[in-house]
Amino acid sequence: MQKITRKMLIDKAAELLQNGTVDRVLGWKNGEFVYDVTPALFTDAEALEKDFVYNDFCGANFSKYLIAETRKQGGKVLVFLKTCDTYSFNQLLTEHRFDREKVYAVGIPCEGMADIEKVKKAVDGIIAVDGKDDKIVVTSLYDGDVELDAQAVMAERCIVCKSKKHVAYDELMGEEGEVIESARFDEVEKLEKMTADERFAFWQNELSKCIRCNACRNVCPACTCEKCVFDNPDSGVENKAAADSFEEKMFHIIRAFHVAGRCTDCGECSRVCPQNIPLHLLNRKFIKDINSFYGDYQAGAEVGSRAPLVNYTTEDLEPGEAVEKGANN
Amino acid sequence: MRKCSISALDAVFAKIAESMTLYIPADDKNGAAYKKWESGMQLADTLNTVRSPKDFFFPQIENLMEFKTSGKTIEVIDTREAKEDFVVFGVRACDVKSFEVLDRVFLSEPVDSYYAERRAHGVIVSMACSRPAETCFCQTFGIDAAAPAGDISCWKDSENVYFEAQTEKGSALLNVIADLTEECGTEKVEEQQAKTREIMKKLPLADLTTEAFEGGDKTMEFFNIPEWKELSESCIGCGTCTFVCPTCQCYDIKDFNTGNGVVRFRCWDSCMYSDFTRMAHGNSRNSQVERFRQRFMHKLVYYPANNDGMFSCVGCGRCLSKCPISMNIVKVMKTIGGKK
Repeated sequence: MQKITRKMLIDKAAELLQNGTVDRVLGWKNGEFVYDVTPALFTDAEALEKDFVYNDFCGANFSKYLIAETRKQGGKVLVFLKTCDTYSFNQLLTEHRFDREKVYAVGIPCEGMADIEKVKKAVDGIIAVDGKDDKIVVTSLYDGDVELDAQAVMAERCIVCKSKKHVAYDELMGEEGEVIESARFDEVEKLEKMTADERFAFWQNELSKCIRCNACRNVCPACTCEKCVFDNPDSGVENKAAADSFEEKMFHIIRAFHVAGRCTDCGECSRVCPQNIPLHLLNRKFIKDINSFYGDYQAGAEVGSRAPLVNYTTEDLEPGEAVEKGANN
Repeated sequence: MRKCSISALDAVFAKIAESMTLYIPADDKNGAAYKKWESGMQLADTLNTVRSPKDFFFPQIENLMEFKTSGKTIEVIDTREAKEDFVVFGVRACDVKSFEVLDRVFLSEPVDSYYAERRAHGVIVSMACSRPAETCFCQTFGIDAAAPAGDISCWKDSENVYFEAQTEKGSALLNVIADLTEECGTEKVEEQQAKTREIMKKLPLADLTTEAFEGGDKTMEFFNIPEWKELSESCIGCGTCTFVCPTCQCYDIKDFNTGNGVVRFRCWDSCMYSDFTRMAHGNSRNSQVERFRQRFMHKLVYYPANNDGMFSCVGCGRCLSKCPISMNIVKVMKTIGGKK
């Protein structure tokens, strides 16, 4: 599916290592299967050739890793950024979370990543996966080669991709795309149309599955507190496991509030949730409301923008109006 | 060995549920989970549940006791309720083995009475695998997916479910459903077992070995190797691997202030967390490298050193599927296992 190939990325990385632009590369490392790709650092062409991989399962957003990477001694780190990753990149810069001078960002076009959970639902015993245009061919231990429609196994966040345009890079590979009309608020609208009781039941059911592994928080590029209140025994609200269903909702709703206006809708929270809770819908509701209350705003679209929730203008609607509008939405 | 047709399974479940609470893996739109059986509930088609069945004996959160203050007196209340027998149906061979791992922790002196009570009341009905996933590596730990242990072992083919009691508890349960099952030969089961064992040999992780970690306490051999740094580099420090793991058994004990007393509870903890085993002096493992190392050293080195060489991984593959960045015990074993 991807137009950018592994070879193109390896060549680019090797070139930048060779000419001294960077001294290490943050990339994707081959796993045991085709889909268990791990973010890793590469420092020479040999290692790149051996383990670097780029395929339809390279969904991980590298932006947050730059916080730790730019605290290291040494030269610049090369990071490959898909379009959605560039929004997180900018948002982190807006929040002064990493040193831009220590990063060399290469934008890469993305045709959408596959959701391994969807592939696994369709095929048992996955031995190999090969992308061919708009098809994915899965070699199964049980059923031989199974051809799947790439769109059918694409990650939800990619199906409703909001932008093919890179908003940050030092260098761009391939052609630049455009911000696109996306159907990403359709699911939110469905929830809005529910009665309050139905909506409560929906979230009660979803959030009751939470095992409090904190994967959503730890992967989130907007959750970068040095010490989260929920991890801090001195905070008074430290919470390793929810004592009841109220506490479970509290964690997720507080987190959604905390990232409201800063969440770029990268979708990592839902990608990593082991229980497949659609956490991104909480964040999208905030994004949708902010758009309708204050005018369209995309976190991370540029560095240094004043987000509506941390800005005051005389045009702002009154809190009462927001409540009323929210209730009508 | 006894059998019943698949169409009769619902009646078998109903019969068991008459006298005991029955839990079965049921499909959910997001993967299978153990659920309390109710009429009409179907056995999941998927290979295994997202959460392991350790929850039945070691729940994520449980109240241990309560303290109530009134004036100058403190009342200590045992909050345990009388447990009743329950049946967990459809446990895979790997997960059955995980109970043995947990038993060695919780049933050693001093015995954890909360865990022991649940274990005593639980009846395990296992289910042999016939379509293992690419992430399965139970055979690395000497587990036979085609011959699961448990109080009763089951096999399922396209027509029937076969039952074989392995313990007294199991025989007693088989008696309960005797009218719904019939005596049968073992040919069909043996045929399926042979097939499954052939498939196991072809799995991508079939050659994974524990050799490097065998033969005594290997702590000093692996503790200071440089590979931990690279392996842990991408770890985001969440607790997914520990919480979906059937053998991870660490917990924290906390007090919840009720205003006029305290509820003392325990909950799962994760060695990946920054406040894990935090003591008066602070945390003994300050970096993710150390936390990451702890988890794998525990599974592959510390636990076997204290438990006659038994590893505390059962190869269920849950962490392989669920780690957000796909770092897992297989990659660790392959990377450091080749070292001397």
